[in-house]
Amino acid sequence: MTSSLSFHDYKTESFFDEFFDANGRPKSEAKILIDRINALPDYDLQTRQEAIDRALMRMGITFAVYGDQQGSEKIFPFDIVPRIISSIEWAHIEAGLKQRIKALNLFINDIYHEQSILNDEVVPRSLLEDAVSYRPECHGLNPPRGVWCHITGTDLIRHSDGAIYVLEDNLRCPSGVSYVLQNRQVMKRSFPQIFSETRVRPVSDYAIRLYETLQSLSPEVSDPTIVVLTPGMYNSAYYEHSFLAQQMGVELVEGSDLVVRDGFVFMRTTRGHKRVHVIYRRIDDDFIDPQCFRKDSVLGVPGLMDAYRNGRVALANAPGTGVADDKVIYAYVPKMIRYYLDEEPILPNVRTYVCEHDDDRKFVLDNIGDLVVKAANESGGYGMLVGPHSTKAEQTEFAELIRKNPRNYIAQPTLSLSRVPTVVDDHFEGRHVDLRPYILYGEDLWVLPGGLTRVALKKGSLVVNSSQGGGSKDTWVIAGNEAQLQVQSQSE
Amino acid sequence: MLSRVADSILWMARYVERAENLARFIDVTLNLQIDMPGSAHTQWEPLVRATGDDEKFKERYGEFNEQNVITFLTFDRKNSNSILTILRAARENARSIRETISSETWEQLNAFYHFVRDAADTDAVQESPGDFFLEVKHYSHLLNGVTDSTMSHNEGWHFSNMGRLLERADKTSRILDVKYFTLLPRVEDVGSPVDDLQWSAVLRSVSGFEMYRKRYHGITVERIVEFLVLDREFPRAIQYCLAEADNSLHAISGTAAGTFVNPAEQHLGRLRAELAFCDVKSIINQGLHEFVDSLQTQLNLIGEGITDTFIDPKTVV
Repeated sequence: MTSSLSFHDYKTESFFDEFFDANGRPKSEAKILIDRINALPDYDLQTRQEAIDRALMRMGITFAVYGDQQGSEKIFPFDIVPRIISSIEWAHIEAGLKQRIKALNLFINDIYHEQSILNDEVVPRSLLEDAVSYRPECHGLNPPRGVWCHITGTDLIRHSDGAIYVLEDNLRCPSGVSYVLQNRQVMKRSFPQIFSETRVRPVSDYAIRLYETLQSLSPEVSDPTIVVLTPGMYNSAYYEHSFLAQQMGVELVEGSDLVVRDGFVFMRTTRGHKRVHVIYRRIDDDFIDPQCFRKDSVLGVPGLMDAYRNGRVALANAPGTGVADDKVIYAYVPKMIRYYLDEEPILPNVRTYVCEHDDDRKFVLDNIGDLVVKAANESGGYGMLVGPHSTKAEQTEFAELIRKNPRNYIAQPTLSLSRVPTVVDDHFEGRHVDLRPYILYGEDLWVLPGGLTRVALKKGSLVVNSSQGGGSKDTWVIAGNEAQLQVQSQSE
Repeated sequence: MLSRVADSILWMARYVERAENLARFIDVTLNLQIDMPGSAHTQWEPLVRATGDDEKFKERYGEFNEQNVITFLTFDRKNSNSILTILRAARENARSIRETISSETWEQLNAFYHFVRDAADTDAVQESPGDFFLEVKHYSHLLNGVTDSTMSHNEGWHFSNMGRLLERADKTSRILDVKYFTLLPRVEDVGSPVDDLQWSAVLRSVSGFEMYRKRYHGITVERIVEFLVLDREFPRAIQYCLAEADNSLHAISGTAAGTFVNPAEQHLGRLRAELAFCDVKSIINQGLHEFVDSLQTQLNLIGEGITDTFIDPKTVV
């Protein structure tokens, strides 16, 4: 058994590797880290990894193991080897994300107003009207500056051809940014010197940027009261809701803490009711107001939508943004970019077969064993068939579902995700990763330099979800110039 | 601040204080047992009885011996008043208000809970119970220190402080009540020579031995009662706890000291006035047990007053 982790025996095994090129040579952005790790004393990296695990446990960055009365908790596994992105590549990703979010916002604003993209038959009208997450209640609403989606967490992957593709847009309540910030904190504690040598761009200003974004939604109030609305402590993302409220210095509220009175929204405090101006809600549309959407919701606030419609409270994200998360509508995003911005998409979509189209459907049914089939309105790995890992019976079942309701299905090729070296027992092995950067849209568009790199810890696995053996890594974006190493906030 | 948050922070602090005092309760009994060999049965039973859970205990454990009582009061997950379940409740409250308390406070409470939970699965406590309960007290002290020095002394802190001190006043009265009864079953015994060792153990259980010595030197039951009930400087004495809780209550409401605008201030102010003009002789004459009973009734009224005023007002303000 080797006593020290090093890259001497590391194999890329013909996958696209984020650290080494096809000939096994370190990429320039990863070279400093590779050399430093190779030079570490025996067991040093393991010791640091253990210290990080302990820190995460102590900080309570854990998720509950459901059904366990003893209250056991697990940490979201964290791997000490970061993913590294060069400044040139990041500039490309950043430009692509800004372009995409701009187009998506124009699309959402359009479909809840003139619907010109439907009238011009760029996106079929029937598609919109069948989308489960389309909210006719939102017609004619005018969020400030026409921005509907203020916080986005877009899922990106790198395919074996080396290009970065957009896998999903996540325009509703994307989670995970708290892990980005905490991962960075523990990494900085573990490798203080390497950070300055490798010129990693900081992420610590996310909370203040988020605060400024939320503040900008209530332009007429100079010091608006902002709150984060959570479904409560038993929600799997509760840690993040609480973390963001804490980092921004605002109240974390539950539905029952809010009340609508005389058309305004108030929170119940020890000194009576206090007016609330902006709500960063981490509750889905369906649940935010039982008077407007789901009647059985106990998480929401009765009357909230009326207050919102009358401009008496701002919501981030605006209700109705989920329509663009529909996986069939996703297939049309490149067309939206051309339609609204008259530009070519910088970040391509993954090739998507829309089962409603006869040609596509025929192709999907003929090749179902090689494709990934997804239901239009599911997320989190539900309603999905991974062709190469499925049985004949499952394929027959999905083929039947597609024939019955073609509108509800799309298919994509089975992608090969790129890999990053990851600690496996006493050595490094390549593990597949994806990347979720976070984009804020207030006065301007801003992309957090980095994002959540999720890693499939099981050998050969492409599933990065934490519920299925996924973990996370710190994401290092290398600075292109001195200014990118500074943290600036627009106010104060 | 949010009413729900105020409630959670108050209960977080109360639960932690409750867990610490339970450790003190057990610790003093362990010490007394060492000083009074052969008294085990008379020592452990009142401890369980004081928690009001003696029926439940008898069903599940039977005999009131050291090991059973310690397990029941420390680690029993089915006992809603064991140190482990109390800390779990404290932590659940803290978890729901993580954005309000400091990260340091949360981490310390988290470490406290993990320490007790991990100990539940080992024999460490049976082997060396004194060390374990000492460690529990340390964790609680650390948590209080961390909270006091990392959290702004704002409204949230005052709710926490008030919760902690009201709980402490209640628990000091209970330790005194139980030990007074066990060590001095007959009123006539007050004033008769008592075993210094035993009463020193009681004082030690509230970390009061040295401070008592500085104040009074010689040990008498009357002085001990005076010290634990009426002292204005010792931080576990009831009078001190109520004065500090009252300061926090007025800091929260903004009402001038010595006045009241809500039932919480009214009840607490009245209780403080009663203690301020009371002497130890009248407490002993009234009967210590009766005195403690009445004190606890009034503490309950104060708790209800806090809820009605800040947490769940009957009328919308």
